[in-house]
Amino acid sequence: MKAAVVLFPGSNREGDAVRAIEAASGHKPAIVWHAEHELPAGTDLVVLPGGFSYGDYLRCGAIAGRAAIMDAVRAHAARGGLVLGICNGFQILCEGGLLPGVLMRNKDLRFICKMQHLRVERADTAYASAYTAGQVIKVAIAHGEGNYEADDETIARLEGEGRVAFRYCDANGAVGGTANPNGSTRDIAGIYSEKRNVLGMMPHPENLIDPLVGGIDGFGLFKSLAAA
Amino acid sequence: MNEGPRMKARVTVTLKTGVLDPQGKAIEGALKSLGIEDVGSVRQGKVFDIELGVEDAARAETVLKTACEKLLANTVVENYRIEIL
Repeated sequence: MKAAVVLFPGSNREGDAVRAIEAASGHKPAIVWHAEHELPAGTDLVVLPGGFSYGDYLRCGAIAGRAAIMDAVRAHAARGGLVLGICNGFQILCEGGLLPGVLMRNKDLRFICKMQHLRVERADTAYASAYTAGQVIKVAIAHGEGNYEADDETIARLEGEGRVAFRYCDANGAVGGTANPNGSTRDIAGIYSEKRNVLGMMPHPENLIDPLVGGIDGFGLFKSLAAA
Repeated sequence: MNEGPRMKARVTVTLKTGVLDPQGKAIEGALKSLGIEDVGSVRQGKVFDIELGVEDAARAETVLKTACEKLLANTVVENYRIEIL
């Protein structure tokens, strides 16, 4: 698998994404600067990493979503190529028009940094084949703007088309109440594009790939991608 | 823009009705706790003061509309208002 991790001014999780991809696939991804106009030839997977691109100025992901490289990323996605946006990367995908909706300020206004359970909604995708549908995984979240909002029609479409990738839940897989950390609509933690080749998610699977740091539940996502 | 700004405009971006505005709510609570009476509700928005290199108001309006649609507002959750000053 040939992967490219896009670096924006203010990205800070690119190292984690590179490490996770390399650990799963055996290949080191290319780092691509945001001002480039092309992705490396033969790129299969593009990763927009977490961080605070452009200092979260204007709106989270708003300026990065319109960066030069994003035209190439949009073209890659339109061809069916894989695009993974993690945390700020998810915000960039929404702002850049690759995924619907918007990530709003957390309901209680706090930046949340903690471990969080997620329910894997489906396992028949390039991102989740190493999991089982309904599986509960524990990964990290670290965001101030993770409250996913979209109009009712969009939410109904996402649900109807089975495009919710992950939901916030408790250790038993139950959603709702205090299991939802940020007020996100329908407990949504991540969504797919129509063809499920684009995934945006607020949690950080790339940080949970080594038992040393508290678990390896995030590794399945990268193993899935390496096998895709 | 090569001969300097000729026109000034103000763009106001606000959250659409019904979109939760936790920052506005927090400010509303703070105003009330300061004893500032008669505050009903607060919604927070953004103001952009923009200088333009055009002379024609209609042209300015078009340019700013593009700017709002492409970047300044996220029309999923925000409205914008353009004023030529």
